[in-house]
Amino acid sequence: MAERLLDVEGLSVQFATEDGLVRAVDGVSFELERGQVLGIVGESGSGKSVTAMTIMGLTRGVNARFEGSVHYQGKDLLQISDTEMQDYRGNEIGMIFQDPMTSLNPVYRVGEQIVEAIQAHEDVDKRSARRRSVELLRQVGIPNPETRVDDFPHQFSGGMRQRAMIAMALSCNPAILIADEPTTALDVTIQAQIVELIGRLKDDFNSAVIMITHDLGVVADIADEILVMYAGRVVERASTRDLFYDPQMPYTWGLLGSIPRLDRPRPERLYSIEGAPPSLINMPKGCKFRPRCPHAFDKCMEEPRLEQRVEAAGHLDRCWLDVEYKRAHRDAMISGESTEAA
Amino acid sequence: MAAFLIRRLIGAVLVCLAVTFIVFIIFILVPGGGKRGTAERIAGKNATPELVTSVEHKWGFDRPIYVQYAKMIQQMFSNKLVSYTSQQNVLSQIVQGMPATFSLTIGAGIIWLSFGILVGVISAVTAGRLSDRVITVLALIGISMPVFWLGIVTRYYLAEGGVTTLFPDGEYVGILSNPLQWFWHLLLPWLVLAVLFIGFYGRVLRGNILDAINEDYVRTAKAKGLNPRRIMIKHVLRTSLIPIVTLFGLDFAGVLGGGAILTETVFDLHGVGQYAAQSINNFDLPPIMGVTMYGAFFIVVFSVLVDLFYAYLDPRIRPT
Repeated sequence: MAERLLDVEGLSVQFATEDGLVRAVDGVSFELERGQVLGIVGESGSGKSVTAMTIMGLTRGVNARFEGSVHYQGKDLLQISDTEMQDYRGNEIGMIFQDPMTSLNPVYRVGEQIVEAIQAHEDVDKRSARRRSVELLRQVGIPNPETRVDDFPHQFSGGMRQRAMIAMALSCNPAILIADEPTTALDVTIQAQIVELIGRLKDDFNSAVIMITHDLGVVADIADEILVMYAGRVVERASTRDLFYDPQMPYTWGLLGSIPRLDRPRPERLYSIEGAPPSLINMPKGCKFRPRCPHAFDKCMEEPRLEQRVEAAGHLDRCWLDVEYKRAHRDAMISGESTEAA
Repeated sequence: MAAFLIRRLIGAVLVCLAVTFIVFIIFILVPGGGKRGTAERIAGKNATPELVTSVEHKWGFDRPIYVQYAKMIQQMFSNKLVSYTSQQNVLSQIVQGMPATFSLTIGAGIIWLSFGILVGVISAVTAGRLSDRVITVLALIGISMPVFWLGIVTRYYLAEGGVTTLFPDGEYVGILSNPLQWFWHLLLPWLVLAVLFIGFYGRVLRGNILDAINEDYVRTAKAKGLNPRRIMIKHVLRTSLIPIVTLFGLDFAGVLGGGAILTETVFDLHGVGQYAAQSINNFDLPPIMGVTMYGAFFIVVFSVLVDLFYAYLDPRIRPT
């Protein structure tokens, strides 16, 4: 049995805004074990980033309300003070962000910023922290790290900056690395390198990874388990294999259909899910995906619970449709031949 | 780097010359200026037209404009610039005013910069709360209060001869002759001059800080587990202060170059600004030209310094 690192239980996050209460995350639960890669997938506004930021304590504020618990090695991170939280950020849980162009401070050298992260948590002198920074930059594949360590961020390319961000996030050897859309702002060729790098470093550093993306293709190779989020909820949860071969939510089909594939006949155009995600202030009644779902029927006015409806253990979803009906009809939607319900 | 400096210095000389030329032309064009008006003023109230014409000729006002301008520049650089009205050497008058102007500028500059930063940081950190609102109102009042009015009011209520006698009533005392009196006499002028800038700098800095707090690299700093004080000072303030450097450099140069005309005059400090005010009152071209050149010099020099400091603060614009 692998070591359980993170236990998120019924996590809800609400923000008070001028327009009303925004339910950004609603009842999200998952577990993370050492060595595991968890993918969280969903559109913008599905709550995936807020979930990650909340684990890091970065959504704390006067307008934020939390429910549920986030246990890290037995400690509930939602309950500890801001000061205590500082010891976890960067030290136990490292995080990298979407846009490496703006995530590094432009006025400090790359090395200085890594040294700063190390010295925030460890009592080491500048020289040995710097030596470690060089070593980290080497590990993430920066050429000539001895000289590049003194470069400013603007002297790095986008891919190199993301590598530097990864080096910084891993500098204190955190047990968990959260990567929030780490490849979205990068070239396609660099994307694959960064994903591969994160997978390799996970093994080198013996940590676990939460990879957040809107692109199922990014996590297909690397994730062990995938959560599909929609409107702040987990709508489907399965091992990566089950999710790709036996997806249960019409929403997941839409996500799968929007990935270009070489192993299927090329459709006229890629599938795109009609409509936009619901407003987080005024949610639709029943299943939140109902207004956009081509398969919706009267039972969908009642919200389905996240539970196991197929044979595979641990494969949960929120869909009332008959499993055999779905297996017969989903291919049309995934391969993009027709967007109409059969 | 050397090329940059040389380029900037050549530019600086050209700017100074252009400024003097423009001032010269304005003087010729305004009513009461020009050759006739000046000659009439020099000749005196009851002068006959013949006398005025002879003055015109003697002082060279009947020569072509470019000749007059060239002569004036030549006089300026050979230290022969002399006031039309008092016949005193312009440079020596400016030099006489410099201690007061420098004392006023340096003291007020320290006050307005430090309080401006303090006010900006406090209101940004407490944005939306009561202290921020109070500071915002005070800052707007400070920005809106005209210096001459504020100066006169403080003199009336706080200075000798007014309602109370807490402070001496204006005048400049040399720092070498009596440092304590120097400080005591300058305190009110410093504060009055600084009020405007404090409000303005505080507002600008508040906005910069609130923008910087939402930058991605500040989120990164938080995600590293840095403490809030370090994030504020190293990551937020450092970038927010960069635009303040430009403001301060040019404002400081402006006041140093005699720009605090109102403050100097209200408190009767006999600085370069007051000299400029008197010369303008007297329609006295040579001192106006001299003070303009002196002021332009500081603006130009400080804008080069600001650029250099900017490159030091922001590595992205450093020449590689």
